[in-house]
Amino acid sequence: MSSWFDYTVNGLIIGNIYALLAVGLALIFGVSRLINFAHGSVYVVGAYAGFLAVTQFGTPLPLTIVIVVAVGALLGLAIERFGLRPLQGYAHIAPLLATIGISFVLDQLVQLTFSPDPRALPSELLQKRFQIGSGTIGALDILIAAIGIGSAGLLYYFLRFTRLGWAVRATAQDRDAAQQMGVDVDAVNRTVFAIASALGAVSGLLVGMYYNYIDPSMSFQATLKGVVAQVVGGVGNVPGAIAGSMLLGLVESYGIALFGTSYRNLFAFILLIVVLVLRPNGLFASRRQTPPEPMTGTFIAPSKPVQISPRTLLAIALAAALLPLVLPNPYVLQTLTNAWLYGLLGLSLTLIAGTVGLISLGHAALLAIGGYASALLSLDLGMPVGLSILLAGVIAAALGTLLVFPSFRLRGHYLSIATLAIGEIVSLVILNWDSLTRGPIGVSGIPPLSLFGFELDTDRSVYWFALGVLVVLAALQFRLLRSHLGRTLRAMRDDDIAARSYGIGLDRYKALAFAVGSFAAGVSGGITAHLYSYINHETFNSQLSILALTIVILGGMGNVTGAILGSVLLVGLPEVFRVAAEYRVLIYGIVLLLLVRFRPQGLLGTV
Amino acid sequence: MSAAPSLLEVRSLTRRFGGLTAVNSVDLDLAEGEFLSVIGPNGAGKTTLFNLITGHDDPDGGTVKFSGRDITRLPPEWLATLGIARTFQHGRVFANLSVMDNVLVGAHVRFKAVRPAWPSPLSLLGPFAEVALALIRPSSVVTEEKRMREEALRILARFGDRLLPRLDHPTYSLSYANRRRVEIGRALALGPKLLLLDEPTAGMNQTETAEMQTLIGDLKKSGLTILLIEHKLDMVMQLSDRVIVMDNGSVIANGKPAEVRNNPAVIEAYLGHRRSDKSEASVPEAAE
Repeated sequence: MSSWFDYTVNGLIIGNIYALLAVGLALIFGVSRLINFAHGSVYVVGAYAGFLAVTQFGTPLPLTIVIVVAVGALLGLAIERFGLRPLQGYAHIAPLLATIGISFVLDQLVQLTFSPDPRALPSELLQKRFQIGSGTIGALDILIAAIGIGSAGLLYYFLRFTRLGWAVRATAQDRDAAQQMGVDVDAVNRTVFAIASALGAVSGLLVGMYYNYIDPSMSFQATLKGVVAQVVGGVGNVPGAIAGSMLLGLVESYGIALFGTSYRNLFAFILLIVVLVLRPNGLFASRRQTPPEPMTGTFIAPSKPVQISPRTLLAIALAAALLPLVLPNPYVLQTLTNAWLYGLLGLSLTLIAGTVGLISLGHAALLAIGGYASALLSLDLGMPVGLSILLAGVIAAALGTLLVFPSFRLRGHYLSIATLAIGEIVSLVILNWDSLTRGPIGVSGIPPLSLFGFELDTDRSVYWFALGVLVVLAALQFRLLRSHLGRTLRAMRDDDIAARSYGIGLDRYKALAFAVGSFAAGVSGGITAHLYSYINHETFNSQLSILALTIVILGGMGNVTGAILGSVLLVGLPEVFRVAAEYRVLIYGIVLLLLVRFRPQGLLGTV
Repeated sequence: MSAAPSLLEVRSLTRRFGGLTAVNSVDLDLAEGEFLSVIGPNGAGKTTLFNLITGHDDPDGGTVKFSGRDITRLPPEWLATLGIARTFQHGRVFANLSVMDNVLVGAHVRFKAVRPAWPSPLSLLGPFAEVALALIRPSSVVTEEKRMREEALRILARFGDRLLPRLDHPTYSLSYANRRRVEIGRALALGPKLLLLDEPTAGMNQTETAEMQTLIGDLKKSGLTILLIEHKLDMVMQLSDRVIVMDNGSVIANGKPAEVRNNPAVIEAYLGHRRSDKSEASVPEAAE
């Protein structure tokens, strides 16, 4: 029995920490209808600020907390001022993408400053424990609970009884009306970001103290957990966020008790998917409402795509094919081969996110499915490599479509969250399904690329193979976009309600597009697996999903040529300038931010 | 009750939003070829009624029948295949699609060659066949596309030279009035048996309104069954065979335009209680 008491206490403490994150996310969503993907980065910055204060200056705990609150609040102000305020009046997707960019920049900065290695965050409270009945409770547990309950109380007082708190609530209910009544909406936004970020930073500090462990990669998990807790409680609903956090903490804690630690996140994400699909408004809300009628499609920045004649494209493709004969430099060829493979990923995402408007944040999962499928088919079943890659595409298409299908009814940001979670689920299943995937050891000795019995063992032949696959799939995608399917898919993206009115079954066409797109991603993953000869559950990580998104936005949403151009630029240019690997993700983040701000339609324009 | 058999038959349709009953037990009959207008003050429940009929919202009670078939709670994409087309109050064009593509999407359900309708077990393969046909494009698909494009041109020609010179323009670049025209063109491309127009002239100036009225008049003459929501009463009175007046979710009057116009309940709904006692005025020309 005592262990169940401990698990419950543990669940509630973790829930308290999630609540500090989720409440901030809920406040931000309330006033700006935005899911802040940079929230986890604020949490990490908070943890490291506390670490710095304690280890360098030996600050006592109360002072550390004050410092962390101040750092978090200032960071929140900066994110609001420089990252989001300039995007007012942009397409709905712009601020979301900006927060993703900000989070990459912040995480990388932390990582470059403090190194990716984990650090210990010492706390004198950790050792103290009190006996309660048959269980025990730590001094730190009490502190976390006190901070959680204390901040909730302060927040309640602020929202309920102060002038600015009224303004926040008014803005959350109707931003335009509040503004017309003289509420300074910018000030409200600033305040909310400062409060939310201060809470998030404190949460990071507390987690660091609780586990006596911090590292920069906590950011992504923190964002996810905060988002899960918030969605479970109902997006934008502050009491709901607290309840959702407690529920999530308990589910995780009991889950660990029953199945073990490596399943922890699996429960969180499955809970998320179940809630999203069954009660997308959260467990504590029950409003069914039709979305407002937009004047025009506001989802994607309207633009005139750059027209490139088929003849020019053919000439470029020919030049690319002749390149190995003119310039047989293995380094250039390997880099470009990489670019072609990312180009395939770009084709996939530009169809799904650009043409259909399903902004997938878990696209790397399709690479992983394709990579594992082709590797295991050729290794375990002895299938010829060409065939296994083709089948990898088919399996990625089937499995990918099946996994997202329940989420198709979600719109906008919700769908993005669902794909993010599905991506994580795939990676966790790969990690835990030892008998099929060899678990954490990964798959090694994957046979090299070959076609019809001929081994592709030179840089040149691999280059041609990747280029050939890319050209064929790009040509097919062009043809698809110019058929009735092209306009049907784009119509759904621009206005799904009007599209339904004209007989377009959304699920059917979303699934169809997702399957076609996933095929290209699966093939790309398959080829990659044979090139690397070793893959594990981290080969296709979530950073690749964001790279794919950056490629697609750089080229122009839905733009086939743009996806390939974006991939050549983002994969090729860092190689040309010999940028060290640890700076690349930073560059992707900065590129994403600059694009969203200054050229949201991408280089070649939205199609 | 009209003598002709009803194309659309609505019985005690009700929709509540929390404490507010937006549509309260509404009955409505529309004979084939008839032109029926729904008028009423803002917030009377007209658009909600449209949303219930076209499957965009589910009623809390009541039934909707179309050609004798119960269509209550059917999703909009099914209703489109039955021949029900609608426009939207605030306009919903596909902003990044060209004028031509917008109209062609309207004809989506009529593309048969590229979307083969196979019997049940095979129908699961439908999406695969559709992708394959879109990529391979046998001659049947090509001719169908060509035929639809020609028809789209004929529909767009109804709007004179408003849209024809802008076939390839994305609709976000069009004027407000032109976007409304594209919406009507798109609805016509469906080849509708029943057309529902939700304030087709909202935000249009007098010339544009007159043009639109002529166009809708032509559609009526061609025998199309039309259900119209409109605030410009001049137009309603001239076009309608019958008028239904809604207020606070309920039908308060139903009859020929002239009868409805002088109905005291209608005047009260529009002008308020006290004034209608004193003044003999009929319903104002425009209630905006």
